[in-house]
Amino acid sequence: MLNSSKVVGLPLSRIDGPLKVTGRAKYAAEHFGPGMLQGYVLFSTIATGRIAEIDTSEAERFPGVVKVYTHENRPPAAKKDEQWKDEVAVPGHPFRPLENDRVLYDGQPIALVVADSFEAARDATSIIRVRYEAGEPHTDLKREQDNSYVPPVPRDKQMAPPPPRGNPEGAFAQAPHQISATYSLEGEYHNPMELFGTTVIFGQDGELTIYDKSQGSQNSHDTVCKIFGLDPEKVVAHNEFVGGAFGSGLRPKYQLFFAVMASLDMKRSVKVEMSRREMFYLTWRPTSIQNLSLAADAEGRLQSVMHHAMHATSQYEDYQENVANWSGLLYKCDNVKITYEITKLDVSTPGDMRAPGAATGVTALETAMDELAYEVGLDPVELRIRNFIHRDQNQDKEITSKALHACYREGAARFGWSERVMQPRSMRDGNDLVGWGMATGVWEAQLSPAEARVRLSSDGKVVVSAAASDIGTGTYTILGQIGADAFDLPLHAVSVKIGQSTLPKTAVQGGSWTAASSGSAVQVASRMVIATLLRHAQKMENSPLAKATEEQVEVADGRLVLEANHQVGVAISDIMDAAGVTFIEENGKVEPDPSIQKKFSAYTHSGVFVEVKVDEELCRPRVTRVVIAVAAGKILNPKTARSQILGGVVMGLGMALYEEGLADHRIGRIMNPNIAEYHVPAHADVEDIEVIFIEEDDDKASPIGVKGLGEIGIVGVAAAVSNAIFHATGSRIRSFPITLDKILADNLLESETVQ
Amino acid sequence: MRQFSYSRAETVSDAVAALASNPEAQLLAGGTNLVDLMKYNVTRPGAIVDINRLPLKEIEDLPNGGLRIGALASNSAVAYDPRVQERYPLLSSAVLAGASAQLRNAATTGGNILQRTRCYYFYDPSTPCNKREPGSGCGAIGGVNRIQAILGASDKCIAVHPSDMCVALAALDAVVEVEGPDGKRDIPFTEFHRLPGDRPESDNTMARGEMVTAIRLEGNHFASHYTYLKLRDRLSYAFALVSVAAAMEVSSDGAIVDLRVALGGVAHKPWRDKLAEAEFAGQPANEETFRQVARRLLAGAKGQGENDFKIPLAERSIIRALKQAASGRPQDQSVKAIQ
Repeated sequence: MLNSSKVVGLPLSRIDGPLKVTGRAKYAAEHFGPGMLQGYVLFSTIATGRIAEIDTSEAERFPGVVKVYTHENRPPAAKKDEQWKDEVAVPGHPFRPLENDRVLYDGQPIALVVADSFEAARDATSIIRVRYEAGEPHTDLKREQDNSYVPPVPRDKQMAPPPPRGNPEGAFAQAPHQISATYSLEGEYHNPMELFGTTVIFGQDGELTIYDKSQGSQNSHDTVCKIFGLDPEKVVAHNEFVGGAFGSGLRPKYQLFFAVMASLDMKRSVKVEMSRREMFYLTWRPTSIQNLSLAADAEGRLQSVMHHAMHATSQYEDYQENVANWSGLLYKCDNVKITYEITKLDVSTPGDMRAPGAATGVTALETAMDELAYEVGLDPVELRIRNFIHRDQNQDKEITSKALHACYREGAARFGWSERVMQPRSMRDGNDLVGWGMATGVWEAQLSPAEARVRLSSDGKVVVSAAASDIGTGTYTILGQIGADAFDLPLHAVSVKIGQSTLPKTAVQGGSWTAASSGSAVQVASRMVIATLLRHAQKMENSPLAKATEEQVEVADGRLVLEANHQVGVAISDIMDAAGVTFIEENGKVEPDPSIQKKFSAYTHSGVFVEVKVDEELCRPRVTRVVIAVAAGKILNPKTARSQILGGVVMGLGMALYEEGLADHRIGRIMNPNIAEYHVPAHADVEDIEVIFIEEDDDKASPIGVKGLGEIGIVGVAAAVSNAIFHATGSRIRSFPITLDKILADNLLESETVQ
Repeated sequence: MRQFSYSRAETVSDAVAALASNPEAQLLAGGTNLVDLMKYNVTRPGAIVDINRLPLKEIEDLPNGGLRIGALASNSAVAYDPRVQERYPLLSSAVLAGASAQLRNAATTGGNILQRTRCYYFYDPSTPCNKREPGSGCGAIGGVNRIQAILGASDKCIAVHPSDMCVALAALDAVVEVEGPDGKRDIPFTEFHRLPGDRPESDNTMARGEMVTAIRLEGNHFASHYTYLKLRDRLSYAFALVSVAAAMEVSSDGAIVDLRVALGGVAHKPWRDKLAEAEFAGQPANEETFRQVARRLLAGAKGQGENDFKIPLAERSIIRALKQAASGRPQDQSVKAIQ
C-alpha cells in the first residue's frame, strides 16, 4: 500500500496538460523526417469476393506519386500467423494487408499510394481502377444468427463462460416471477479525436524510429519486428501522446504495417495517416443479440439466471469479449446458465471498445433486472440489495472488496431516489414525462505484469520511466504523484518518461489496469531506490541508520530518515557524495500474486442513477441528470479519476441513445462513416453528471490498492437510461440505441390498442 | 480529392463569367459543404472560384419594411441581426436550430440554400445515385432510408433537403435574387428548389452560370405567431428528421387569417402546400384544426420502410408547432424541452 500520501489523492491537473493545450505535445502523425513521403490507402468497395483486376498505371503517372503498392507487388512479409499476432491478438488468422486478391470485408485496404505529398497520394487513389468479382455479402447478424458457434479457441481462460450451476431451467419453471427477453445492440465505432497515424523516420544506418498511434509502444515495436524480421535493437517505437484510443489502439493497425513496409522498401521516411472514414472499418464494438431469462421468488431473490450472448466477428478471426459472465457474478444465484457464441460476418474483426463485453452484457442484464423489479413489484435498488453477494460464484472465490452497497446508498441519496414513484408514467414536467432509472456497473480490477525504472539524483530530483502509455487517462500524472510521495517531493520535481518501446517493459494500456500495474511498479522501484540509499547510508561512518531496516526508513525533506523519528537520518546528497554516485536507479517489477489470485477475484463496481425526460407526444428522449457512485479501490487523483468516469458516462449515453453504424446489408457497408452522421452525444446532450467515489481499502486487488477506472464509467449507463425511459413512458425498448422512432412506434402501438 | 485551380473573384460579373466559361468551375463561399463533398470525391471541380471578397455580406433595409440579405452574410450574422430577430424571428430561430456555432459562423446564406442533400448514398461515390451520377440508380431505395423523404419523392430519388434556414424562408415566401450571363432575375423561394422527378441531379431552378446574390424578404405579419420546431436524433449538430416552420395571423376572435406551414426533413425541397394552407382560413386556431392541417399536408405521404415513423412524427410535430405559433410561445432554440 502507499504509506505517505501528500501528493497522491490530490485533485491535481495533468502534468502533460500544458503541452497538450499549447500544441507542443506531438502526436504520431505530427512528426516529420527529411524527404518524408506520405501514403494514402485505397479501400475495397465490396464486402466479399476477389480483386479481378487492379490498374494503377494512371495513378503511378500522377504528378508526385512515387509508388503504388497492391497485392501484386507488395514486398515480402512474414508468412506465419504466429508472426502476425500482436500482444492483444485474438484466435484466428490476423489480417495481412495486400496479402492476396481476396476481399474479406467492405473497406479493406487494397492499395497504398505513396507520394511526395498527402494531397497527391489522396488524389491518385481516386484514379486507381479496380474490377471485382463480388460475392454476396453476409453482414446482417439477425439473419446469420443460426450460424453462430461456440468459439473453439477461447481468447483467454477468463472469457470462457463458467460451467452451469444448479438447475436453472427447473428453477425458472417453478419460480413465481419470471421474465424472458431478447436485447440487441447495434455496432458501435471508435472515434477518438486523433486518427490512426504512423510516421516512420528512416535512419542513416537503416534504423527505424516509429511514431505510432497505439496503446502500447512495445506492442507496435514487437509486431513490426516480427512481421518484417527486423533487428529489435534497430527499431524504436514511440507513443508519447495519444489523442484518445478507448481500446481501438490495443492492436496495431494497418497504417503501421504500411508505413514500415514502404519505408523499408524505399529506404525513405514515410507517414501514413487514416481518414475519419477508416475508423468505421476497424476495431468496432460488435453488433450483439442476447437472450436473458431471470426468475425470482416472491421476495425477489433470484432463483434462476440464464443468459445467452451472441455477437459478430469477422471471417478471419474469432474476436471474443466477456459479454455474459457478469450475469453469473453480480448477484447471488445458485441456478445459472451462461452461454456465449459468435457469428462470422463479412466484416472487419471487431475489437475492444471501452469495457468490451461488460458494456454490452451488463446493459442486457441490468435492463432485465429492472424488468424483474417490476415483475416482482420491488424497488429496483431494493431488488439488487436483496441479491447482493460478496463472493464470485462463477469462480467460487472471495471478492477482494465490493463497496457496492455504499454505491447504491450514496448514489440514491444524492440523486433523491427515495422520491421516486414506482409506477411508470407517473412523473411529469410540462410536456415531458420524467423517468428515473438505475443500474449496477461492474468491471474487472486487473493487475498486469509491469516494470518501471526510478532514478533519484543527488539534487533530489526523480525520473520515473516505463513503456506505459497515456491514452488520455492521466498516466503521466499519477505515476508522477506516486514517485513524488515516495521521495517526499512536490509533483514538479518528478519527471515522467513513458511512451517509448526502449523503456521498462509494460503491457498495452487497456483493461483499466495501468494505474494499478505501472503505479505499483513505480512504488516497488521507489522502494528499491530507498533500499539502495539505505545500504549506501549504512556504509557511512557513524551512520545513524546503521541498524535500520528497509521497512523502517523513508525519505522526508531530502533526507533518508527513520519513519518513526524523522530527526534520525542522513541527507540524500550526503549519502550519494559518500558513495561517490550522482544518482541511484532501480528497476521495479510487479506481477499478479498467484496466492492471492487463487483465493480472490477483484472487481470495480458502480451504481448509476439517471433521469430522462421524454416528450409525451413526440417521444424524444434526453438525459437530464446522472449520478454515478463508483467503488474502485484507492483514488490516486480525484480530478483525473472524475474525468475518466465522466467520459465513460458520456460514452454510455452514446450507447443508450445515439451510436449506431447504419448498415446496408445488400452491399455490406456502414453508410454513415463520419461523425456528422454517426451520432455521439453533442455538448447539448450532456447535462449534469455527478461522480461520487466510494473509497475502498483493498491491499489484494493491487499492491497500491488501486483498481482502475478506465471502463467502469460506461458499464450500466445504457441500462440505467433504458430503465429511466421505461419509467417515464412505460415503453420497454430492448434494442439500442433507443432512438425516438422506437419509442414512438411503441407509443403508436399503445394508442392503437387503447382505441 | 481532385487537385484544382484556385482563383478569386473581385466582382459578381467576374464570378458569373468564370462559372459560364468553365463547366468544371464551382464557387466557394463558406466551404462548409463543398469542401466535404470534394474530400469525398462527390464533387470534383477543376476550378474553385472564391467569392468571399464579393460585396454581398450586407443585410439591407428595403423601403417596404423588408430586408435584403446578401448571399455572403453568414448564418450567424443573419440569426443575430436585430432586424431579422424583430421582423423575421422565425428565420432567426430556424438558423439557430441548424448546425453548430462554428459552422454557422462560416456558412453563408447563399451556401445554405445551395447545400446538397446529406443522403448517405449521395455521399458515397461507390454506390449508385441518380443525383450524383444521373442514370446510375438510387441506392437509398431499399437501402438505409431512415432519413429519407416521405413527400414528393420519385422512383429516381428519395433524398431530402437538409437546410433549416430554407424551411423558414419557404414559409416566409422569400425571393431569391440570382445573377447570370443573361442578367439578374428573381426566383420565388418556393420555386427555387425542385422535387426530384426524373432529374434529381438538379436541386434547384437556377440556370447554368447563375449565382445567388441575395435573399429578399417582404414585410409580414408573422412576428408574433410563429415557431420553428425541429426533431432530430440529438439536441445539436444533427439534421432534422422532421422540422416545421409555422407562421400565422390570428383574428381577435381566434380564427386563422393567414396560415403558413413549411416542413423540413421530409422532401427534396422545403415542403409547402399553399392550396392546403388556404383551406384553413377562417377556421378556429385550435388543436382540432391543427390536426386537420397536419393530415391534409401529409395526405400524400409515403414511407420507405425505415422512415415510416416520419409520418406520425410529422403529424404530431405540425400540431405541436401550430399550437406554439397560435399561442405566441415559439420554440426557444436554447430550451431543450419541446415547448
